[in-house]
Amino acid sequence: MNFLYAAYAATWIIHITYLGILVRRYTRLRSEIEELKKR
Amino acid sequence: MKRAFPIFAVFTAVLLSYAMYEALVAAPTEKTMGDVQRIFYYHVPSAWTAFLLFFINFVASVVYLIRRNPIADAIAVVTAEVGVVFCTVVLVTGPLWARPVWGIWWTWDVRLTSTLVLWLIYVSYLMLRRFSSSGQTPVLAAALAVFGALDVPLVYFSIWIFRTQHPQPVIGGGGSIDPRMLRVLLINWAAFLCFAALVCWSRYRLERLQREVEETQALEALLEPRGSR
Repeated sequence: MNFLYAAYAATWIIHITYLGILVRRYTRLRSEIEELKKR
Repeated sequence: MKRAFPIFAVFTAVLLSYAMYEALVAAPTEKTMGDVQRIFYYHVPSAWTAFLLFFINFVASVVYLIRRNPIADAIAVVTAEVGVVFCTVVLVTGPLWARPVWGIWWTWDVRLTSTLVLWLIYVSYLMLRRFSSSGQTPVLAAALAVFGALDVPLVYFSIWIFRTQHPQPVIGGGGSIDPRMLRVLLINWAAFLCFAALVCWSRYRLERLQREVEETQALEALLEPRGSR
């Protein structure tokens, strides 16, 4: 059972980590856009 | 279109929850392996989703090589990145299933090795996109993607062609599957496909936005008077 839970947890950790990376990239891009608008 | 995204996100979340319930609770327990066999409902749909994304990447790369269409290039980047995420899931859940069933984490047989090679090819593709600043990068990446796609049929058909540790396919091969298990497998695949589509949608929007910002920055650098920096 431990292996089963580990596999399901690992799957969602991988997906959530990737989604976190996307959110971070999006936030950085938004700040770049704001900076471009100020110029 | 703006409302479609949150509606689709809610639908995907509900479907993923239902699919997880079906996989962990409703699906019958396999007689030989027991509950650990339920890893199958995440491992196999993740592999099929990764193969589909790499196939879309291949088509988009071919379109880019022929027509130099930037939308095809953006689709290629997006599908390669999301495909690598799903392929990582396959490479992590596989050993977690193999250890209690085979007694080993990994073996260098054709199915497992070709899957690892596939992952490495697409990671190389993403590294090329990330770190090369040459104007020819999209063309080189598209050519690499075409070669990378050749590994997909090798991974898929390796268990027919070679004697491997990996079991035979349950659909279209020599194996058989309980119809209740097949139903749960297909529900999970549908859920993962919706999730992949949702992630690709977000990543595509990000890619387009990123390209617009880069173009604006490049234009600004050109228009800026010399020595003003």
